[in-house]
Amino acid sequence: MVQKDVITKIKEALKGKILFWEEKSPRRHYFGVKKTDIVPVAKYIFEKAKARFIIASGIDTPKGIEILYHFSFDRQGGKIITAKVLVPKEKCEIESIAPVIPGAAWIEREIQDLLGVKFLNHPDPRPLLAAENWPEGFYPLRSEYRDEEFYKDSDKENK
Amino acid sequence: MAEKRTIIPIGPYHPLQEEPEYFELFVEGEKVVDIDVHIGYNHRAIEQIAQRMSWDQVIFLVERICGICSTSHPIANCNAQEDLAGVEIPERAKYIRSIVGELERIHSHLLWLGLAGHFIGYNTLWMWVWKYREPVLEIFEHITGNRNHYAMMRPGGVRRDIKEEDIPYLMKVLDELERKLEMLTKAALDDPVLAARLKGVGVLTKEDAIKYCAVGPTARASGVPIDVRKDDPYAAYDLVEWNIITREEGDVFAKTVVRILECLESIKIIRQCLEKLKKVKGDIAVNIKKMPPGEGKGRHEAPRGETFHYVRSDGSNNPVRVKVRAPTYVNLPTCKATVPGESVADAALILASIDPCYCCTERMMRVVDRRTGKMELDGKDLIRLSQEKTKKLRRELGI
Amino acid sequence: MSLTTFSLKRSIWVYHLSAGSCNNCDIEILDCLTPRFDLERFGICLVGSVRHADVILATGIVTKKCLPRVKRVYEQMPEPKLVVAVGGCACSGGIFRTGYNMAGPFDKIIPVNAYVPGCPPKPEAIIDGVVKLIQSLDGKLPKKKVRG
Repeated sequence: MVQKDVITKIKEALKGKILFWEEKSPRRHYFGVKKTDIVPVAKYIFEKAKARFIIASGIDTPKGIEILYHFSFDRQGGKIITAKVLVPKEKCEIESIAPVIPGAAWIEREIQDLLGVKFLNHPDPRPLLAAENWPEGFYPLRSEYRDEEFYKDSDKENK
Repeated sequence: MAEKRTIIPIGPYHPLQEEPEYFELFVEGEKVVDIDVHIGYNHRAIEQIAQRMSWDQVIFLVERICGICSTSHPIANCNAQEDLAGVEIPERAKYIRSIVGELERIHSHLLWLGLAGHFIGYNTLWMWVWKYREPVLEIFEHITGNRNHYAMMRPGGVRRDIKEEDIPYLMKVLDELERKLEMLTKAALDDPVLAARLKGVGVLTKEDAIKYCAVGPTARASGVPIDVRKDDPYAAYDLVEWNIITREEGDVFAKTVVRILECLESIKIIRQCLEKLKKVKGDIAVNIKKMPPGEGKGRHEAPRGETFHYVRSDGSNNPVRVKVRAPTYVNLPTCKATVPGESVADAALILASIDPCYCCTERMMRVVDRRTGKMELDGKDLIRLSQEKTKKLRRELGI
Repeated sequence: MSLTTFSLKRSIWVYHLSAGSCNNCDIEILDCLTPRFDLERFGICLVGSVRHADVILATGIVTKKCLPRVKRVYEQMPEPKLVVAVGGCACSGGIFRTGYNMAGPFDKIIPVNAYVPGCPPKPEAIIDGVVKLIQSLDGKLPKKKVRG
């Protein structure tokens, strides 16, 4: 009997929850998930499919804040699969996966600091990187702060 | 009844650690009951600066994330950019990348070994190991022009070639290093004081290593056989023979053994790559004319574990997003599982055993009495405690 | 030459302060202690507390989180205070100049007496910088500079 490929197993088990699937190369995959489904998807991939959580990355895009959760299948072909979730800026919150994957606790705190996304039910929602002297509402990785003009005044501020 | 707990400071400026970070140890008497880590002191806004640089400038920026694992970020970033662009680098470049990556692994592990020796009070070990490390830095200066921050990588290949006439010199240095390392291995494995001091200390179980998603020697010493070079091969790692080193115990001694044996494996890999370089000729890079829109994920097995880079492009000359994840980021939280339950004298050593590189992590240890708010012990007291414990063990063992 | 300067020139105790660096300059500073370069034969030794130090070897860009602590460390140092900025980042901010978390470089926060550029500067350059600084003192100690 032919062993099913881990990608096929995931596609079958999470059928209703996957919005799209893109295979960029045999070892690099991307798929879309609704923000309300991220916890059961992460739980399945971590506990049942036995993947390792690498990290999450957040990007500010015109459609909203996109959070990508990267998982690695170390001993099953070295594949990295990435779950993409869109969080609208107007209601910038999403359920935390840290109760399921303790290794995700820090990166969620970092995304909170740098992009202003609130992670609900996070076991330890304190700031990770933000300094006490950062201004209120300052989320440095948001697109409004990408402009060089913003930083011309930081020289005056440092004096 | 009010709990009597004291918190011990290690940091932000502490002679044990070169970098500022801030550990809070909550203790009851001599035992640590909880630990908290505060970072943010080294956060240099690298991901944001990268958005304003061009694709090849990003390599120079990420190189300066960390000085010790200086080439691991460029290799991971180049892998990510090459994944994005869909190119494969020439074979000669693959060997050169592996050679530089493995030389860096040797220098990093030796650095850690020296510092670990200092923490437990073996200053002679520190001096000897760092003396053996110097020839490795000299090789780097010879083939790349700098002892650290070698600027060897570029998207599509490498920037400089290794000349045929340099290979005998490299082989000679490696032979000498191998002899010294084998002597060190025997000395370390046989030393009763090291065994008493490090065995059974700071055990990270396999389940915890998986739960916290630990990587690198931290995970391999706990029996989790993950290594990017074997799992997701890149550069020349699937073109040469070598073994993953694992141990089952998960304590500080296991982590030490894994690192020393990995140095010997690295020498094996470098020798094979140098032999291949004599036969494989050709270009050392392909030109990537334009970065297409899309995404790329690349990783490299740095000395501390898996370094992961994610890049996104919109077709322009600047990346839209560069996400950097260094291995210490996932290894540091494991201290929550390894430090509580151990004594104060061992705490600093356990924290050092994951080979923390805070500059990679983000970019910052303290004890205060909870009731009075007064500082009970400072950083110097902690090194002193650690070194005193070693002296006590030597007396007990009659050495 | 006053007694202080005379004794300072004999044996310098340095304190290493890292405020947001990539750690490379820090490793090169520690390398100075190893048998190859051996700072101690010049009478220069690395101390664990700034209260015993004559010279601060400062590395890093000075992140916003480090800023209050850098100021505090400088205040705790006894007179005469000498600061050497080691590495490109400490001298000018280096490649991280335009980051949002940059509060430095060092000479915007504390007075700096010598600059050793490089990324990282070789141990020989660091030793050279410290020795040149001490030689330049010859007879006079630096006036206390006040920075806003």
